[in-house]
Amino acid sequence: MQEFLDGLIAQGYFAGVPRDVVYAAGMLVFGAIVLLVFILNVAGGTTFVERRVWARIQSRVGPNRVGPQGILQWLVDGIKLVMKEDIVPAAADRPLFLAAPYVVMMGFVSAFVVIPFGSRLIIADMNVGILYLTAITALVVVGILMAGWASNNKWSLIGGIRSAAQIVSYEIPAGLSIFPIVLLTGTLSMQGIIEAQGWQPWRWFVFANPFTFVAFFIFFTAALAEGNRTPFDLPEAESELVAGFVTEYSGVRYLIFFMAEWGNLYVIGAVVTTLFLGGWHIPHVTDSVVLSTVLEFLVFFVKSYFWALVAMWIRATLPRVRVDQLMTICWKYLVPVAFVNVLGTASWMVVFPQGNRVVSFAMFLVGVAIIVQFFRRVFFHLRRARVREHGELVFSPLS
Amino acid sequence: MSLAGFEVEVERTGATGLETEEMTLNMGPQHPSTHGVLRFVVKADGEVMREAIPDVGYLHRSIEKISEKVGYHGFMPYTDRVDYVAAMFCNQGWGMVCEKLAGIEVPKRGEYCRIIAAEFNRIASHLLSVGTMVLDIGAATPFFHAFREREKINDLLEELCGARLTYNYMRIGGVAWDLPPGFVEKATAFLDAFEPLIDEYNDLITYNTIYLGRVADVAVISGAEAINYNLVGPNLRASGVNYDVRRDEPYSVYPELEFDVPVGAGEEGTVGDCFDRYIVRIREMKESCKILRQCFKQMPDGPVIAKVPRKFKPPAGDAYIRVESARGDMGWYCVSDGSEFPYRTKVRTGSFAAMAIIDKVSRGLMIADLVAVIASLDIVAPEVDR
Repeated sequence: MQEFLDGLIAQGYFAGVPRDVVYAAGMLVFGAIVLLVFILNVAGGTTFVERRVWARIQSRVGPNRVGPQGILQWLVDGIKLVMKEDIVPAAADRPLFLAAPYVVMMGFVSAFVVIPFGSRLIIADMNVGILYLTAITALVVVGILMAGWASNNKWSLIGGIRSAAQIVSYEIPAGLSIFPIVLLTGTLSMQGIIEAQGWQPWRWFVFANPFTFVAFFIFFTAALAEGNRTPFDLPEAESELVAGFVTEYSGVRYLIFFMAEWGNLYVIGAVVTTLFLGGWHIPHVTDSVVLSTVLEFLVFFVKSYFWALVAMWIRATLPRVRVDQLMTICWKYLVPVAFVNVLGTASWMVVFPQGNRVVSFAMFLVGVAIIVQFFRRVFFHLRRARVREHGELVFSPLS
Repeated sequence: MSLAGFEVEVERTGATGLETEEMTLNMGPQHPSTHGVLRFVVKADGEVMREAIPDVGYLHRSIEKISEKVGYHGFMPYTDRVDYVAAMFCNQGWGMVCEKLAGIEVPKRGEYCRIIAAEFNRIASHLLSVGTMVLDIGAATPFFHAFREREKINDLLEELCGARLTYNYMRIGGVAWDLPPGFVEKATAFLDAFEPLIDEYNDLITYNTIYLGRVADVAVISGAEAINYNLVGPNLRASGVNYDVRRDEPYSVYPELEFDVPVGAGEEGTVGDCFDRYIVRIREMKESCKILRQCFKQMPDGPVIAKVPRKFKPPAGDAYIRVESARGDMGWYCVSDGSEFPYRTKVRTGSFAAMAIIDKVSRGLMIADLVAVIASLDIVAPEVDR
């Protein structure tokens, strides 16, 4: 980024403009491009994908009217929400109410700063990358609390308080699950963490030792909870709290909340991929910088989006836990196990300072076995369902 | 893990600690999980409910009074609106009370048509009940699957009587129409497909750990309590009381049919918890399938409606009948003064009694449990208010 701007300045562009102003302007322009081209499309597209995935799971059709297969539905919904009136309740705390969505948005968008889309595609490879990410995504809870409090609605308030308790609690197992990776790599930088892995699955950190394998699941669970996803979607539990902290919001502010929520799904996937699943690593196939960058980006995107799909599927399958059960899961199960993981990884590093390739490969085989067993069960149920469908008459209202 | 049955004591000291106060929450009448227009005034201490006082009357349409103005035949479509989720039972109740007043005998085939329609309606109603219950717990997929099957029942009933919700199928003295051609084949095909699907719902959600954590041991109603609060139907049976009007005070052709009465056994917790109320409904659907198959087999030929004069004037007197509706023992009382119009009509419905116990069982539970309690008691707002 900086080299690119330096090059432009050297070529005589921006003559007479202070260098820092050029940097700042460049950052803003680049940020706007990332926001509009990537984040907006990912967040919007995810809403569409989620609705279609849900529809398939629930044997419905889903949105299929706007554009081919309804692919532009999210755009139309967005335009509709932008054009709607932005209502502020009379008794609301006006400045806080208006600012809350932007705080949530800031917490979400800032996460993209350190997400490594490729070996060269990263906005800023900070040396405290993963720490920055956990810190900045915690900003979301401030926005949610603001929204809950400022709405002057008891349901919103309960939603906001639930969210605060939930995110603060689940930060701990999530943070403790990052520790083993940091121990293994000795760096907090996102690129550093990815470079310590390899393109082969058994070199991914998820299979590095049994403890990181467990840490991966704990991290994903905690990330779901931090992103307010089912089974931890209590802050906006529709059947309990009407709509939680967004109850009083409408129009574009409502849109921003949901853009952050669905965009966050991708961020969860991206962080999981970075920490545990080898990030953008690809085998050496080409010397072309552009081509390998594109391939890296694709690999990273597919890996991250896979976890977004898993989150959708979990959301369509599971019911919601109660608030006391939520805390029980976190403090009684996830936190102790996460501590064991940290200690276990540290001990593992003492016993095998160079890692243990045999154990990693065995862990990889265990992972493959789990996936195979999963698909065997899925196809068993599919076959059973198909046999039954065969003998069933199809009814139509006109028959 | 559950807070059910525990009174959580919070100290409210002003001197050293922070002073807290109870919050009054208004749940409804436009709350998404109150199944219509119910309202609860909830006093909550954080997430724990101190009391949840039901406020009824938002859906009162004075249906009983209307009967005094529209006459016996004309009241039949109004009975659909008493409980629009299970309208067949209201039709049947009104038909039966009028027949008892005037001493009319319904032809055998007419009775079988009534039972077929009513049992299909019971399955549809229970599907709605269990579907919305899991939706209130937070799982959307089983709800859509349940409604998919309910649509097929609606299609069948539409073929039978032309309506999908407010059927107006029965008449005083029988039913309006005989089964349409091909109905038995279609209905049997539906039952063949539907019965294994019940097991699929169980695979999908019933024994899910999170779901069990939310419903098992929550809002336990003991058998004695259920009788004291006058609970009826599946709610009563879930508490371990083996009572079913269809079997214990038989009406129509139920004595000729064989079926079991599922009773709550506390498989996943205590007898009479939310899970028992849920599983009893699931099992009743299977029993309804059994009844329907027998009906198709045993159905005689003949007329479906008795000769009833258009100007229906039952002799002066009163009559009370009971129907086992999807929501339990539904009582119909009618006083005739010998004129064309009923002198007084009274409907006794299960949901109204179930409303009364909510405050008692929900004390000390979390707010999230209240929706589970409402859903598990299968409260339908129009039936409460009429």
